[in-house]
Amino acid sequence: MLTLTSPVETWAHRWPAGIKLALLCAATVGLFSLSGIAALSGALAAALALIASGGRRFAGESLRMLRPLWPFVALVALWHLWLRDPGGVTILLRMTTAVLAANFVTMTTKLSDMLAVFEILARPLAPLGLSPRLIGLAVALMIRFLPVMQQRSAQIGESWRARSARRAGWRVLVPATMAALDDADRVAEALRARGGAG
Amino acid sequence: MEKSLTHIALFAALIAALGLMPSMMLATGVPISGQSLGVMLCGTVLGAKRGGLAALLFIALVAAGLPLLAGGVGGLGMFLGPRGGFLIGFPVAAFVTGLVVQNLRARVGVAAFAGAALGGIVVLYAIGVPVMAAHLSEESVAKMFADLPAYRELPLPVALCALFLPGDLIKVVIAALVTATVARMRPESLLSRA
Repeated sequence: MLTLTSPVETWAHRWPAGIKLALLCAATVGLFSLSGIAALSGALAAALALIASGGRRFAGESLRMLRPLWPFVALVALWHLWLRDPGGVTILLRMTTAVLAANFVTMTTKLSDMLAVFEILARPLAPLGLSPRLIGLAVALMIRFLPVMQQRSAQIGESWRARSARRAGWRVLVPATMAALDDADRVAEALRARGGAG
Repeated sequence: MEKSLTHIALFAALIAALGLMPSMMLATGVPISGQSLGVMLCGTVLGAKRGGLAALLFIALVAAGLPLLAGGVGGLGMFLGPRGGFLIGFPVAAFVTGLVVQNLRARVGVAAFAGAALGGIVVLYAIGVPVMAAHLSEESVAKMFADLPAYRELPLPVALCALFLPGDLIKVVIAALVTATVARMRPESLLSRA
């Protein structure tokens, strides 16, 4: 499974993940307290300058990562055109800036560094039984089983198509869910046999 | 202990796998992905605590930068986008779904239907729609809370979510059917009723 971290090394890749996350929080709070087209355009320009500092390939990649926003951009634009209300511009400026800035942090931080910060943030939960060791193990298990699950759902779908001319629909979910339950039991046994998770 | 851990991790992976499956299209042209179906199944099969933690693990890895959301997207930006509230709501939805299945004295299928509808639709929308409204409002968030009528953008997100409601209702039915089948074929594995 590929991560969203950009292979293009930028200056921001060398910054510690914790500092980038803290700056992102501060910037987001600041952004959502701004209003007015001028101020928000300035913020968007700053975000664009930030991604441009990573070079052309990096900037292109971060613009492509905005694609889940397009349906909203289209809808907001149409809605405000229909209302004959210019307010839509501020909405679009704020939304794009916030997502650009957050994606910048995601693209310049390695998965392992980000998870290390999460483990530190989760430390207060340790008395509840969520020790950093267990969280790390759960993360590792999930990442390991992602391709397994994907491959198996594909296989179950294929064998359905081999047996039946009808569409598989929801029925393939039953074997997929039960396989996940069985795997969980077996992996738990394997973990116990190797000294347990605790 | 180990069993809880592996169930949480593997069901988090299941949410991701369902989301990355090619999505079906409704007659209205709105795509429905399996992602929130996975969240409902976490609650109905694993129960409140484990199901909620599985969904939490899933969104944590999305935040950490894995492209696990339907359409192969992810990262911190998704949490700051208009659909961010729905993501944050996933663990709560799975928890509430599990709570209903654990406590409702009814047949598993009926309880799973009620739980998935309450958790996966009512609770999830209750968190997701106001966040979307806040994103789609031109006022700053601070001003919106000071002056609630500023929520005049509410019709747009409500209309948007109404588009997704038929798909989500189908997912509730599917979650109930899958849970009832798992309960029949492997009753000891249904941790929400164990």
